[in-house]
Amino acid sequence: MSNATPASASHYPAATVKEKIERHTLSVLVDNEPGVLARVIGLFSGRGYNIDSLTVSETEHEKHLSRITIVTSGTPMVIEQIRHQLERLVQIRRVVDLTDSAMPGIERELAMVKVRGKGENRVEALRLADAFRARVIDAGTESFIFEITGASEKIESFINLMLPLGLVEVSRTGVVAISRGPEGM
Amino acid sequence: MTKEMTGAEMVIQALLDQGVEYIFGYPGGAVLPIYDAMFQQDKLKHILVRHEQGAVHAAEGYARTTGKVGCVLVTSGPGATNAVTGLTDALMDSIPLVCITGQVPTHLIGNDAFQECDTVGITRPCTKHNYLVKSVNDLPRVLHEAFHIAANGRPGPVVIDIPKDVQFATGTYLGPKAVPMKSYRPKVKGDLDKIKAAIDMLANAKRPIIYSGGGIINSGREASHLLREFARLTGFPVTSTLMGLGAYPAADPQWLGMLGMHGTYEANWTMHDCDVMLCIGARFDDRITGRIDAFSPGSRKIHVDIDASSINKNVKVDLGIVGDCAHVLEDMIRIWRAEARQPNKQALATWWKQIDKWRSRNSLAYRQSNETIKPQYAIERLYALTRDRDVYITTEVGQHQMWAAQFFKFEEPNRWMTSGGLGTMGYGLPASIGVQLAHPKSLVIDIAGEASVLMTMQEMSTAAQYRLPIKIFILNNQYMGMVRQWQELLHGGRYSESYTAALPDFVKLAEAYRGYGIRCDKPGDLDHAIKEMIDVDKPVIFDCMVDQAENCFPMIPSGKAHNEMLLGDVAGDIAKAIDERGKVLV
Repeated sequence: MSNATPASASHYPAATVKEKIERHTLSVLVDNEPGVLARVIGLFSGRGYNIDSLTVSETEHEKHLSRITIVTSGTPMVIEQIRHQLERLVQIRRVVDLTDSAMPGIERELAMVKVRGKGENRVEALRLADAFRARVIDAGTESFIFEITGASEKIESFINLMLPLGLVEVSRTGVVAISRGPEGM
Repeated sequence: MTKEMTGAEMVIQALLDQGVEYIFGYPGGAVLPIYDAMFQQDKLKHILVRHEQGAVHAAEGYARTTGKVGCVLVTSGPGATNAVTGLTDALMDSIPLVCITGQVPTHLIGNDAFQECDTVGITRPCTKHNYLVKSVNDLPRVLHEAFHIAANGRPGPVVIDIPKDVQFATGTYLGPKAVPMKSYRPKVKGDLDKIKAAIDMLANAKRPIIYSGGGIINSGREASHLLREFARLTGFPVTSTLMGLGAYPAADPQWLGMLGMHGTYEANWTMHDCDVMLCIGARFDDRITGRIDAFSPGSRKIHVDIDASSINKNVKVDLGIVGDCAHVLEDMIRIWRAEARQPNKQALATWWKQIDKWRSRNSLAYRQSNETIKPQYAIERLYALTRDRDVYITTEVGQHQMWAAQFFKFEEPNRWMTSGGLGTMGYGLPASIGVQLAHPKSLVIDIAGEASVLMTMQEMSTAAQYRLPIKIFILNNQYMGMVRQWQELLHGGRYSESYTAALPDFVKLAEAYRGYGIRCDKPGDLDHAIKEMIDVDKPVIFDCMVDQAENCFPMIPSGKAHNEMLLGDVAGDIAKAIDERGKVLV
């Protein structure tokens, strides 16, 4: 680190703890009220936590509940902090770490992929889409839009394959996740 | 109770229903309906401050000394932004507050209207929770919820932003009992299995320590009693953070003094060498731990905190118990008694012998002078001459604050009000106003520095208006002392902008505010001058001219562990100390 402060020149203790970085998916049940998303995002930016992906939508209309799925990375101590810091927010009902539990949750993502091309590239794109079970949701003489769902890695590899075939742009939902087994959150 | 009334009337009614006696505030366009409703009643007393920051600090002082929720009322825009420092201060020190801010009418929100600001946006990170109330129908619920959230769990400030049209609108008021709290119910009872495990660890400890903090004060007087009882039961040594002073009596032989950066030698060494640490109502702040990887390396740690996010945040502990201090201590005492536990007396005797050795270093010693007043001496005399009084102390932030913490001895909780987490210069004067209102007959002293106190000096005018005989005891060294100390120790003695070249005449300033001014610059005159200060039934500014070069010791230098403290007597001659230690520090 080039910007490291010599320990003796600051009146704050130096960063000393070095642990492995882990990637966790958290499912957060919140009251669907104004400001709740801003509070969650503000918590992450204010305390220097990472957001790799975040999705949010109302899931139980009558109970006025929304579910936020956050993919984050940090040391085990930081992940535990994130969970407790989230639980501390008044509008948050429950936080479940879907990566930590004995039965890890299922994660899916949806992407729309626009590919432009003619001739051989076009055929190749369609062939690969078929292999990935991506659906064509818009087609023109010069372009396709594919819809693909799956784990993030699958979407990642599909996009990489489309790159040389005329990838124009991608829109992704981010990860949604749910726990396995009969129990709800 | 249900009744038709305007939003503004609901605010007053809800405050009264919540038992609010004083509200600290400053009027403005967006809160005029509330001020109008206030005008038409005489139960709720309003204290008019001179700046909104002062209103929040005064409410903090009031809350800290009474254990009740402090209340603030300010207008939109600048009223709200001026309150932000106080709100952040209250969040960091877990002080329960409800702050009502006016807002421009709902149809103008987002239009950059006159005195508009995004109050909920600005205060989101500096409050425990906040609300923008867009309908008068939500107002009664929000008002009562705010008090519940401010006071329960880990306390903190709550902001309610009320647009002016909502204050004018009419709706149905509901009393506190008619409003159910839907989701916020913090856990107060600790997990019994874990408490039993803690008792096991403590009973088998050879070198134990109790490290307590502001959570004991927040938990209420009962927690202080229980802490004392548990300490008596076990015979364990007790130390505390800055925020926890008074929870354990300073006169007790088991008391080690404050720990941390400017804590005593014995407290820090006991922390460093202990084998079992009971941290209760404290949060392993960086002022306490110093270097994390060298913090109490050989100990197993128990952490009791009502806020689960405090556990394992800075220091990884062996046993975390989520719960309220009083509840957990009660269970611990009950289990200790029921199982007829005994501490390891032999090991404890050896441990105390070691602690007494550390104590004998007399780490708070300083070199007395006949010519200039040493700041430590000034606090010692202030303490000695007010011992038989009912005294409450607030402070500003800096060297004087640390000296006050070291040399003023507290026997009871709620008598020490200081800005610990945020370290807000200018806290003490307005806080003393809140404290004096809560205890009109008591002696309330703001131990101040001349730089800090100038940040909120305008509140002298508030003290004068309400005839509050607060005493502002300024340790005047003409420097921002703690800044100067760090510049001396870490930046080669280059005193960049830390000297105040044009200070006001504090005696005349006191008189200008219709108060009473005293100046003292000779050790021999000090006692007489302090007595005079106590006897004056007016706000007093005491300008105590002290040694300009004095540093605050003991001190854990940056990047060091508890067992590497710098002592005052080692560094009595500061130039020499820098020579010896300079290589490490500079």
